[in-house]
Amino acid sequence: MKLRSLALAALVVGAAGIGAFAWATAPARSAAESWQGLGEPDLANGERVFSEGGCSSCHAAAGAGEEGRLVLAGGAPLKSPFGTFYPPNISPDPKAGIGGWSLQDFGDAMLRGVGRRGEHLYPAFPYASYARMTPRDVNDLYGYLKTLPASGNVAPPHELPFPFNFRPLLGAWKFLYLNDAPRVVLANSDAKIERGQYLVEGPGHCGECHTPRTLLGGLETDRWLAGAPNPEGGAGRVPNITSGAGGIGGWSASDIASYLETGFTPDYDSVGGAMVAVQKNMARLPAADREAIAAYLKAIPGH
Amino acid sequence: MKLKIFAAASLLCLGAAGAAEVAMAQEPQAVRQQMMKDVGRSMGALAAIAKGEKPYDAEVVRVSLTTISQVSKTFPDQFPAGSETGAETEASPKIWENTDDFRAKAAQLGKDVDATLAALPGDQAAVAAAIGPIGKNCGGCHETYRLKK
Repeated sequence: MKLRSLALAALVVGAAGIGAFAWATAPARSAAESWQGLGEPDLANGERVFSEGGCSSCHAAAGAGEEGRLVLAGGAPLKSPFGTFYPPNISPDPKAGIGGWSLQDFGDAMLRGVGRRGEHLYPAFPYASYARMTPRDVNDLYGYLKTLPASGNVAPPHELPFPFNFRPLLGAWKFLYLNDAPRVVLANSDAKIERGQYLVEGPGHCGECHTPRTLLGGLETDRWLAGAPNPEGGAGRVPNITSGAGGIGGWSASDIASYLETGFTPDYDSVGGAMVAVQKNMARLPAADREAIAAYLKAIPGH
Repeated sequence: MKLKIFAAASLLCLGAAGAAEVAMAQEPQAVRQQMMKDVGRSMGALAAIAKGEKPYDAEVVRVSLTTISQVSKTFPDQFPAGSETGAETEASPKIWENTDDFRAKAAQLGKDVDATLAALPGDQAAVAAAIGPIGKNCGGCHETYRLKK
């Protein structure tokens, strides 16, 4: 009898604890004021941010190619160790896409991983990197996205086994892994390296593939950019882009910038895999941005 | 006499080692890896001229383009059944799943290079203009058909 009431008490306390944790980690929207006063979006900068982030690599339809890359219809499957994600339609269609969203809705998705219905979004959408982006870049990007063609396509729901299909758990994931702190602290930084840091750690979200992950799918930030298994599975590996063993310590800053522009390594091997789409986007950026990325990669610690 | 036997034995050993090396070199994985290295070296020679790091040399341009052209024609034959894995191959299984597309991509490279060979670029600027379109074939194929290790 005593045992039974004890078990019951434990259950109640446990449930209360889980409830309290779920409440504490519930999706939190931003304050509306944080999105005011940004003014008219700078569409040229928005297009630049679009290339930095590589939005079309996931949100264009599968096999959309060069012509279709601006139609963000969604739906191309993205495999992961947790199941298969189907990136949503983010074209300006008011029903199927995000045409009816406010800047605050869009900003909360980008920086907080919170959907328009107030739900947690899955971090396959790399908001844990985008959290470092400036409101100005988010505003410009959203303005630019609105100029792209609308699509009525509705992506299939994600295919995730239990417990990954239970969104409230993402609150715990965010508690562990979502922040806007710098990934590395650099002693001798300058404006160029800082620009590179912003691009790599923020919109470029390089670490999402180039940094190994924990079992819970968070980034092992003490192995920042040290290379990782292919996140989509298979035999391939995403290379180490630090100066550590097997990395790119032998590349000069101009080798790195040149690779991002042309797709060729210093010994004329070529870009491959998912990096092909990334490199094409990097080639669209101003040369100074590629040089900034190179300067940052030369400045970070080797692993 | 003893010395002679020793020398003969040594030679035999060397011969055996050499033969083993040849046999190794004929593994399709090794052959295709060497072919890609040859293409890389040729692209490097062309890029050096394009960037002005090396003076324009028609012979270098011709030999480099010819190497790439030859590789494009025989490269897809280096993926027989049984060579899907091993020898550090970075070949994607998709090569065997979408063989027709894989071959079409090699053929496209051949077409682009042969067009450039037919009207050999006559100076640094022409080399620079030619290697862009040729180089796009590299990433275009590696995007799907190579797995980086």
